[in-house]
Amino acid sequence: MAQGTLDFSPPKTTWIDQVRYYMPTILIAIIVLGLWELLVWMFNIQQFLLPKPSAIIIEVVRETYLATSGESILFQAAGATAWSAVGGFVVGSTLGILVALMTARWTIVSEALLPLAIAANSVPIIAFAPIMNNWFGLTNPASKIAIVSIIVFFPVMINTVRGLTLVDPMQLELMRSYAAKPFKILFALRIPNALPFVFSALRVTSSLSVIGAVVGEFFGGPRATLGVLITQEASGFNFARAWAAISMAALIGISFYLLVLLAERRLMPWHSSLRESA
Amino acid sequence: MDVTVETKSVSSAAKPVVIAARGLFKVFTPSDNEAVTALQNVNLDIHAGEFISLIGPSGCGKSTLLRLIADLTTASQGDLMVNGKSPHKARLDRDYGMVFQAATLYDWRSVLQNVQLPLEIMGYSKKDRDNRAHQMLELVELSKFANHFPWQLSGGMQQRVSIARALAFEPSILLMDEPFGALDEFTRERMNMELLRIWERTGITVIFVTHSISEAVFLSSRIVVMSPRPGRITQVIDNDVPYPRAFETREMPQFFEKVTIVRELLREAHEAL
Repeated sequence: MAQGTLDFSPPKTTWIDQVRYYMPTILIAIIVLGLWELLVWMFNIQQFLLPKPSAIIIEVVRETYLATSGESILFQAAGATAWSAVGGFVVGSTLGILVALMTARWTIVSEALLPLAIAANSVPIIAFAPIMNNWFGLTNPASKIAIVSIIVFFPVMINTVRGLTLVDPMQLELMRSYAAKPFKILFALRIPNALPFVFSALRVTSSLSVIGAVVGEFFGGPRATLGVLITQEASGFNFARAWAAISMAALIGISFYLLVLLAERRLMPWHSSLRESA
Repeated sequence: MDVTVETKSVSSAAKPVVIAARGLFKVFTPSDNEAVTALQNVNLDIHAGEFISLIGPSGCGKSTLLRLIADLTTASQGDLMVNGKSPHKARLDRDYGMVFQAATLYDWRSVLQNVQLPLEIMGYSKKDRDNRAHQMLELVELSKFANHFPWQLSGGMQQRVSIARALAFEPSILLMDEPFGALDEFTRERMNMELLRIWERTGITVIFVTHSISEAVFLSSRIVVMSPRPGRITQVIDNDVPYPRAFETREMPQFFEKVTIVRELLREAHEAL
């Protein structure tokens, strides 16, 4: 390698490259929706079995129009569910990271807690949703935030502990050679080392938190929440509206995941998954 | 030849002793196995400004000896003094810089920030950190890459950053554990040249673990030949190949002579097993 002649800047990407990159995905999505529309029309499938995509889209557009005057229950519901999911995500991941930091400081605690946490993580925590509804009250958003927090807590905590403890022994010896204090080792080595682990947990739990919020609402909640809206509209045979609510939940889940991904790229520009361009 | 060896050893003996090992033993006792004697009765004096290579096959205890000096492990028996202190005290005083087999750079830090790491830990001011780190990058000729990240550098460049980092706080001793073992032959020879240049400019005492005979002969002022089972020093050879050494040095008769001597010693030790 000749020194100074290397160009490490990532190759320039224009919007045309971007379109070219996502084109196959977009095309497949359009084809699937088209086939769906066509099949429902061809076999004359009843709308309570499967509504046409166009009917769902019309419903969403209609609600969007209502939303401008603040009368859209669909958008109110989406907002409420999104807040439950985000609230639970923030509370759960903050607690998970804090507990992990504490247990990593006292290895004995982490060794005692980790098996329990791993066991708890394999429990279908969503089954506790009715209990949380009783504890905090059916219409209190805290009941949904609580169930989402518990769902988010365990994967985040387990992964953070792993990231804090799975440090290259040579890196630790380097710190020892500098006679570095444990506190300094934590901040200069263990925490940056844990970041990729933490983010892989956050990516998974960002989707889980939306699932948690919606399923929590299936067991009851205020009318303007997606879970309640889906069950009500489905039992009232307004399937296009139920599907519109499902699409909103999907949209929230996807945007939430993308936000976490964006934060990851911002915070960890060094991470290997982002190096392909070099 | 005898004469030059004499004067060389006299001149180095006049310099203060940096490392003094007396009757050093290191025994590992794995729980499921019988005890392994990694080092047996090691006696060695290293003087200020020397370039010492520890050479021998795997299991001869060369890395263990280095780790004892670095206080990364403790001796089972015997005395070891580093700068007239216990290795523990010397480590707390940051008397040595260490370069490992791998560059062990932090992925999340730029090249400059990696060099600043020890300075941060040791509480240097921001201004000192910047000045020293830039100086060190200049020393290893990587100034242009200050703002790059480790993964953007080749293996040889990464190891040079690691050397800059080890020298940043001006330790009096540089400990190197097979630092160029993972590099290709060409890069390795260039790195050897670079290391000699740094050694000559800084006057630092270098203790260098290697299993390459030509590397040991090319670099060091004295070569400590070690043999395994149990790990011990077979012989210490004064290396009178004249400094400054350059690419042509590898073609000098004296160089071949020394390489042959070391090779013979290593083979004898091997056959004695």
